[in-house]
Amino acid sequence: MTTTTGMAGDTTKLMTIGLAHYLTVSAILFVLGVFGIFLNRKNIIVILMSIELILLSVNLNFVAFSASLQDLTGQIFAMFVLTVAAAEAAIGLAILVIYFRNRGSIAVDDVSTLKG
Amino acid sequence: MIAALAFYVFAAILIASAVMVVTSRNPVHSVLFLILAFFNAAALFLIAGAEFLAMILLIVYVGAVAVLFLFVVMMLDIDFSQLRGGFQRYLPIGAIIGGILLLELLFVYGSWQFADGSAGLRMNAMTADGVTNTQALGRILYTDYIFLFQASGLILLVAMIGAIVLTLRDKRPDSRRQDIAVQVARAHAVTLQNVEPRKGLGELGIIRRPLPAAPKPRQVAHDDDHGHGGGHH
Repeated sequence: MTTTTGMAGDTTKLMTIGLAHYLTVSAILFVLGVFGIFLNRKNIIVILMSIELILLSVNLNFVAFSASLQDLTGQIFAMFVLTVAAAEAAIGLAILVIYFRNRGSIAVDDVSTLKG
Repeated sequence: MIAALAFYVFAAILIASAVMVVTSRNPVHSVLFLILAFFNAAALFLIAGAEFLAMILLIVYVGAVAVLFLFVVMMLDIDFSQLRGGFQRYLPIGAIIGGILLLELLFVYGSWQFADGSAGLRMNAMTADGVTNTQALGRILYTDYIFLFQASGLILLVAMIGAIVLTLRDKRPDSRRQDIAVQVARAHAVTLQNVEPRKGLGELGIIRRPLPAAPKPRQVAHDDDHGHGGGHH
């Protein structure tokens, strides 16, 4: 599943965890998040969770580069990403709650009824 | 060696639980697998040496966001089986786009390399003088990045106020709110009539009631506007 991309696929390479390992895991996680958005087109709760997965993969990238480059800026930035993700989840769920209160359903297809 | 094995185990569980988040039939299971994914991501952060972020991830995500998700999923009375409708229909397009995206990402990750002087471009290089990760983060977060820190605090404040304003339903008995149904039902009590000049109101079908007291002459026009029986003298 996890391979060393762009480097020699040695056994010793496989056993020392480097930047490529983290990038591969983060890429798979990102793709899974995008896939989840497409797969659960109607269920907006799972879409929000997929967005959380995407943001998590971005954070994983930040931390991996931060550890690889010995630079703390990536971790600072990952913290701000975390903040924005928390705010986004709270607002999204609040909108979801009032939408459900008005419509009695959370099917995202109905949202386009306002378009006229 | 141990760290490598731990990395593989945590990464495998992370990806497996992410798959379960996306494909799970029950959203409650999705949330629980999301919590598992966050735990494993925190373990990966720990292996990378970002201890403070790992703990923040556990506190913020598992403690707040995932519980919020769980709360909303359980609070809303939703027929989730109905929402699964397009699962088979969207599977091919999702798989195609996901596959293309993964290929592109693997191409990018397979061919990039650091620039020559990249080590000299570090903005906040980690020092090796026994400073913990949390302390080092705090030293630059509250000095160099203080404005970004304040801005993120503002973002959280706006998010909190927004969520409260959106979901608050004020039902206090003494609060005076607009009741549209009652207003509409009052249509006969207060109505505007276009009265032609020099014509009696009786011809228009407007019932006139006698005035309760002797009015001043100037009030006649005002009463006609309201239509409920201003007397003509």
